[in-house]
Amino acid sequence: MKKADFWSGLALAGLGAYIVMQARAWDYLTPEGPGAGFFPLWYGIAMIALSLVLVAASVRGGGEKRAVDTLGPTRALALWAALAVSVALLKVIGFAASFALLTYAVVAFLYGKRWTVAAGVGIASAAAFHLIFAVALGVSLPAGPLGF
Amino acid sequence: MDIISGLWQGFMVALAPYNLLWCFIGVLLGTLVGIMPGLGPAATIAMLLPLTFKMEPATAMIMLAGIYYGAKYGGSTTSILLNVPGESASVVTCLDGYQMARQGRAGAALGIAAIASFVAGTVGVLGLMLVAPPLARFALTFSSPEYFALMSLGLAMVVLLAGKSMVKALLAMLVGLWIASMGTDLFSSTSRFTFGNMEMLDGIDFVVVAIGVFAIGEVMASVESREEGQVLPVPKGLRNLLPTMQDMKDCRFAFVNGSVVGFLVGVLPGAGSTIASFLSYGLEKAVSKRPEMFGHGAPEGVAAPEGANNSETGGALVPLLTLGIPGSGTTAILLAALILWGLRPGPLLIQDNPTLFWGLVASMYIGNVMLLVLNLPLVPAFAQVLRLPVYILYPLILGVSLVGVLSVSGSVFDASMLVAFSLLGYAMRKLDYPSAPLILGLVLGDGMERALRQSLMMSQGDLSILVSRPASAIMLALAVLILVAPLARGFNRWRQKAIES
Repeated sequence: MKKADFWSGLALAGLGAYIVMQARAWDYLTPEGPGAGFFPLWYGIAMIALSLVLVAASVRGGGEKRAVDTLGPTRALALWAALAVSVALLKVIGFAASFALLTYAVVAFLYGKRWTVAAGVGIASAAAFHLIFAVALGVSLPAGPLGF
Repeated sequence: MDIISGLWQGFMVALAPYNLLWCFIGVLLGTLVGIMPGLGPAATIAMLLPLTFKMEPATAMIMLAGIYYGAKYGGSTTSILLNVPGESASVVTCLDGYQMARQGRAGAALGIAAIASFVAGTVGVLGLMLVAPPLARFALTFSSPEYFALMSLGLAMVVLLAGKSMVKALLAMLVGLWIASMGTDLFSSTSRFTFGNMEMLDGIDFVVVAIGVFAIGEVMASVESREEGQVLPVPKGLRNLLPTMQDMKDCRFAFVNGSVVGFLVGVLPGAGSTIASFLSYGLEKAVSKRPEMFGHGAPEGVAAPEGANNSETGGALVPLLTLGIPGSGTTAILLAALILWGLRPGPLLIQDNPTLFWGLVASMYIGNVMLLVLNLPLVPAFAQVLRLPVYILYPLILGVSLVGVLSVSGSVFDASMLVAFSLLGYAMRKLDYPSAPLILGLVLGDGMERALRQSLMMSQGDLSILVSRPASAIMLALAVLILVAPLARGFNRWRQKAIES
């Protein structure tokens, strides 16, 4: 069984079921023509059908003997977590500081550089972004307690 | 307006100093992102799209298109010097380009790539200029049923060639349609899939999804490995970058082949520049008097695919600008850009916005000349970009992505949606779900639903309207054929072989 296809197929079948359930609560046909539920109902049904095809194919497909690489996905998810934390901090400390922290985390933890290098890259990148986007191009970025 | 007067007007627009500057910035950025592995034109255009909102649409289109075709030039540099394609369209250039570089002929390989790109890129623009206006006039006869059929055909083509599993490609497209449905239904004011969140009433901004799936999803996939490739040295001086007369003689058919194959493949939705470059390479090898040289440093093995992937750009803009149907992830983002600037992509675009269409065409002639100048003498300087450490590059991409999303609405909610969609983009890569059908489903979903509902309003709910009009019936039949054909084992084997190659 191809586990990835099996589980992603099941997840998409669940999404399809949710779409169909929601669509059934909206008008299917009105005197003026198709209602808000018409299109979602049909693509929801298609999603359920195709997901079940994928699940069935994964069950029939036989076992997968692949070496599982955990380091690569761990690094990718660590980057994603750093990004998520940085976005969560946007309103609290502003764009410049949260971007500096994000850069620091990538350089120091993902690439194992010395903290001085990471801090230098983080501060320089944040300053460059502030000057280019906020000052020169007038893009409105969330500001922190220090005003940037 | 005939072609000559249109082109004259276009050059008046493109030669304005402001537009020349943005054209130059576009092709320069395009070259740079083409060189950088892991950052393609789709991601770059998505990231920079919000910054174009204050520009004139013609200027913004000139700049974004410059990134699109400029990236095709830059992609060859990485293939030749690093044996890693700068973008997917340059995969096949690795075969002979890297071998030439290993034999000490990196300069000649880079020179041939630049010249082939220039010749074929110019032919592609010529094709766009000649084919688009009559096609747009023909498409003026289309009504809602034809548009629904056309969008279905476009999506079917993309699904056919997007990935090894058509089921996964179809599922990705359906997820795109679902995301497109989020927000307030404009026909009935019903709020759909908003999860009770007020900020979802306007739906999810296309830019947020595109940047998350393409740019950050790609960075997440790239960050998995800490390894960095070894760059082969580039000879300095223009003389060392020019191919010999014998090289040019060997490549003369490849220039023509790349130009024609690239344009024709570009016009077909879904095929894209990667397929164009592979087809052109295969054709070149098939007709060559010395096929055994291919893969061992044949100059025509560089010229044909590099030409094809540049000519494809002109072809891909034909359905986008005349029918409003994008054929790839990048053109889907360009379509979204046109809509965000307040334009209506479709058959009336050329008639209603001649400045944009002809200005773009003229700018592409100028941009190709700029790229030739940039990519011949300055290629050693561009190659230095490959020495930029990834631990600096990746945070920069994340930063530009965040700024891109924040500049659309200034909403931190959109930034958190970006985080969610970047995880979706990464998961799709890991699980082998192609991202192009999702983006196309998202871009076309709204128009497709509108066209379907308008068709059924016209017929008072009778679905036969979709098949009772000849053009609509033919396109829907083709779409069904495309989706059903892979059920035949022989066809599916051919399809999978084409995608794998």
